[in-house]
Amino acid sequence: MPEGDQTDALCEQVTAAAATRTPLCIRGSGSKTFYGRPVEGEILDTRAHCGVLEYEPSELVIRARTGTALAEVENLLDQQHQMLPFEPPHFSSNSTLGGAVATGLSGPRRPFSGAARDAVLGVGLINGKGESLNFGGQVIKNVAGYDLSRLMAGALGTLGLLTDVSLKVLPKPEAEYTLKQVCTQREALLRFSEWMAKPMPLSAACWYEDHLYLRLSGTEAGIRHAQHQLGNTMLEQAASWWTELRDHEHPFFQREEYLWRLSVPPATPPLAIAGDWLVDWAGGQRWLYSNESVETIRQLTASVGGHATLFRTTIRSEDIFHPLSPLLLKLQQRLKQAFDPEGILNPGRLYQDL
Amino acid sequence: MTTRSEFLAGLDLPAHCILSEESELRPYECDGLSAYRRLPWLVLIPDTVDQVQAILACCHRLKVPVVARGAGTGLSGGALPLGNGVLLSLARFTEILEIDTGNRLARVQPGVRNLAISEAVAGRGLYYAPDPSSQIACSIGGNVAENAGGVHCLKYGLTVHNIAALKIVSMDGELLTIGGHALDSAGYDLLALLTGSEGMLGVIVEVSVRLLPLPDYAQVLLAAFDSAETAGNAVAAIISAGILPAGLEMMDTLAIRAAEDFVHAGYPTDVAAILLCELDGTRAEVKAQLDKVCTLLTAAGAGEVRVARDEQERQKFWAGRKASFPAVGRLSPDYYCMDGTIPRKHLGKVLSTISDWSTEYGLPVANVFHAGDGNLHPLILYDANKPGELERTEAFGNRILELCISVGGTITGEHGVGMEKINQMCVQFSEAELRQFHAVKKAFDPDGLLNPGKAIPTLARCAEFGRMHVHHGELPFPDLERF
Repeated sequence: MPEGDQTDALCEQVTAAAATRTPLCIRGSGSKTFYGRPVEGEILDTRAHCGVLEYEPSELVIRARTGTALAEVENLLDQQHQMLPFEPPHFSSNSTLGGAVATGLSGPRRPFSGAARDAVLGVGLINGKGESLNFGGQVIKNVAGYDLSRLMAGALGTLGLLTDVSLKVLPKPEAEYTLKQVCTQREALLRFSEWMAKPMPLSAACWYEDHLYLRLSGTEAGIRHAQHQLGNTMLEQAASWWTELRDHEHPFFQREEYLWRLSVPPATPPLAIAGDWLVDWAGGQRWLYSNESVETIRQLTASVGGHATLFRTTIRSEDIFHPLSPLLLKLQQRLKQAFDPEGILNPGRLYQDL
Repeated sequence: MTTRSEFLAGLDLPAHCILSEESELRPYECDGLSAYRRLPWLVLIPDTVDQVQAILACCHRLKVPVVARGAGTGLSGGALPLGNGVLLSLARFTEILEIDTGNRLARVQPGVRNLAISEAVAGRGLYYAPDPSSQIACSIGGNVAENAGGVHCLKYGLTVHNIAALKIVSMDGELLTIGGHALDSAGYDLLALLTGSEGMLGVIVEVSVRLLPLPDYAQVLLAAFDSAETAGNAVAAIISAGILPAGLEMMDTLAIRAAEDFVHAGYPTDVAAILLCELDGTRAEVKAQLDKVCTLLTAAGAGEVRVARDEQERQKFWAGRKASFPAVGRLSPDYYCMDGTIPRKHLGKVLSTISDWSTEYGLPVANVFHAGDGNLHPLILYDANKPGELERTEAFGNRILELCISVGGTITGEHGVGMEKINQMCVQFSEAELRQFHAVKKAFDPDGLLNPGKAIPTLARCAEFGRMHVHHGELPFPDLERF
C-alpha cells in the first residue's frame, strides 16, 4: 500500500457502519463544518488519506487523495504557473481538497472559469455499502457511463465518501489587475451585464458599499487594452482583496448574524429585501444580512428564479438549503438510496431526508 | 404484450403524430451509426410537451419501452429503435423560446439545431460554444443526451459546462425542471447527471443554454510535421507554455490528402501530420499569443508554420478540418469512426500502435482528431460488401478502445456508449461500478423502460463478453508486453 492510502481502512469503516446502521460524519479539517445541517454520527476523519497521485502540467489535470491539504495542491500548481479554475474558498489554512469538492463552493472566478463541478474530471469514492468505485477519469472528454463524478460536487458527502479527485487545471494568467469604480448596486449590475456580453478578459466582478471591483486577467497587452476601454483607477493590494473575499475574511463577513447566500440569474436587478448586501459573481451570488423572515427571503429569491441558502447561522434546525419541490425531493431521495441504502453517509447534512 | 392498436387506443394523439406503416418506419431504423439497424415498433412524433407526458405515462402504464430521438446524427447507436417499443421523435420541437441577453441564456426546444442557436444570437454578439462537427444538423436535445463536444472543448468546455437548465419528462410522465437560470441550484447536481445520460433517465423537452460573447478576433495557425509523434509533442509544448488555444486539431497524411482533394483547403500534402491551432480573444491578446505559438511550434520541430493570411484563408483551413469525415468517406465505400480519449502524453505511442494494427488488419486508418483534448477519431476504412470486413473492422476498433483504456483513457470522448461500445464498458468499469450505474438508473426509471439495453451493460452481458476490467491503466500482469 502506498503511504497515505487509507482506502482499505475507510472501506472497512463504512462497511462496519452500514452493518450497524451507524451514521458517519465525514470530516476533513473541519473548515466547512459550519456549512449545511448538523450531522450526528461517528466522526470519519479523511486527513490521513492524503497525497498527490498524478500531476503532469502539460495534461492540465491533477489527481490527489481527498485528505490532501488544499494549500498543498495549490502550491504545487503554482510552481508550474497553474491553478484550480474555480478558486475554491479555504476558510482556514488547513482545509482539504475533499472538502472543497464535497461542498462544491467556488470563489470569485466562478462565472468566468467555471464552478467546482465544472473542474471535476473524475472521482474515487466509497459508497454507502463500503464499495470503492471510480467514475470519470483524468481526461477532459469522457462520456462513458453516467457522470457520477460531477454529481459528487456539492453533495456534501451524502452520496459517497470521496477518496480521490481528478481536477482540470488552468494556466495562470500572465497578469492580473483590479479596477475600482464608484457606483450604486443597480448601476453595477447593469455594467456587469453589459461587460459580460463583450469579449473582455474579466475574471471577477464584485460590488460592495457603493463601489464595484473588477478583476482583469490575461496577457499584459490584453489587459492594457481592456483597461483603456474601461478607464478606471487601479486598486492596490488587489490580490489579497480577492482572497479575503473568497475566504470571507473581508470585513463584510465579520458579523455575528445570519449570513444569506442568494444565487440568482446575474442580471437580476437589486432585490427588494432590506439589509446589507455584497454582490459577487457579476451579480450571480449575493451575500446578505437581513432581518426579514426566512420565508420572505426565500420567496423573493425564488420569484426571480434563484435559491437562498442560510450560509452561516446559529440556529441549525432550520432548512439551511432552499426547499426542493416535492417531485425533485422524491427523486433526490431515491438517488441517495441508490448510493447509500442504509442512510449512513452524512445523513441530513443537505436536507433532512437525504 | 400490448398490440399497437391497443396501445394507440390508450393515447389521444392526432394521426399526423403517428407512424406505423413499414415504409414510414424505415427511415427511423438507425441513427448516424448505420451499421446497426432495427425497424421500430411504432414512431410517435408529438407536437407538444403535454403529448410527450401522455405518451410516457401510457408507456409506463403498459410497460412499453421508449427510445427518444433527436436529429438522428448520433454515432454510437444511442437512438437505435426497439422492435417492441416506441421511437419518440422530438423533431417537431424546433422553437427558440426565449433569448435573455442580460443573463446570456437561450431557452430552446430540444429539436433546435446546434448551429441555429449561434445563428439566432449572433446579432447580439453572442454564440453557443460547443460545436460538434455535425452542428449544422444535430439538435440540442441530442447534444445534451450525449454531452456533445467539438473543437472548442479545451477552452470552452463540453455541453455540460454550457447549459443552465433542462425540462425533462420522467418515465412516469411527470414534468421536472432541472437546474435553473442562476449559476447553481439547490440539492444534488442533477443537471450534470442528466447531461450525457443517453436518454436513459428522462426525455429532454427544453434546454436553457449559456451563451458567450463572440471573440473580438480569432486567428489560426497551420503547422506541418514529419511525424505524428513530433506533432503530439508540440501539442504538449503549447499547453505547457500556459496557452489555451480555442481549438487544437491534428490530421494525419491520409486525412490531409482526402480533405485537400475534397475542399482544397491549402494543406501541405507531403507531410505526416498537420496541427491547426486557433487562438481567440481580444486582438491584443491574440497577437501576443500568435508570436509565442509560432516560436513554440518551430522549436518543437514543425517543418512549416503558416498563419492564415486573412479571414478567408482561416475559414479555408477550418473547412478542410470540418469536411474531413466526408472527405475520408470518398476514399472508401464505408468508414467506421472511433472516439476514444487518452492522456495527451500517449498520443505518439497510441498513434503508432494504431498504424501497426492497420497493417496487421489490412484496413487503412485516417486520423482526424481533437489533439488538445487527447480525443482520437481514428476512421477505419472498409467495405461492408466484402464478407467479414465489417467484423474485422469492429474487432480492430474494439482493440483501439481497449488500448485507450489501458493508457488511462476512456472508450468514448464525445460520441457516447450507445449500442456500439456497450461491451467495452465491461472493460472500463468494475462489476461494482456497473451495479452503481444500474442503481442510479433505477432511481429514475424503476422499470427500465427508457432506452433499455444501451449505455450501461448488464452484468450478464459482461460475463458473456468475458473481458477483464482494467483499473487505472493497470492491467493484470502489467509486465507482459501488450503493444
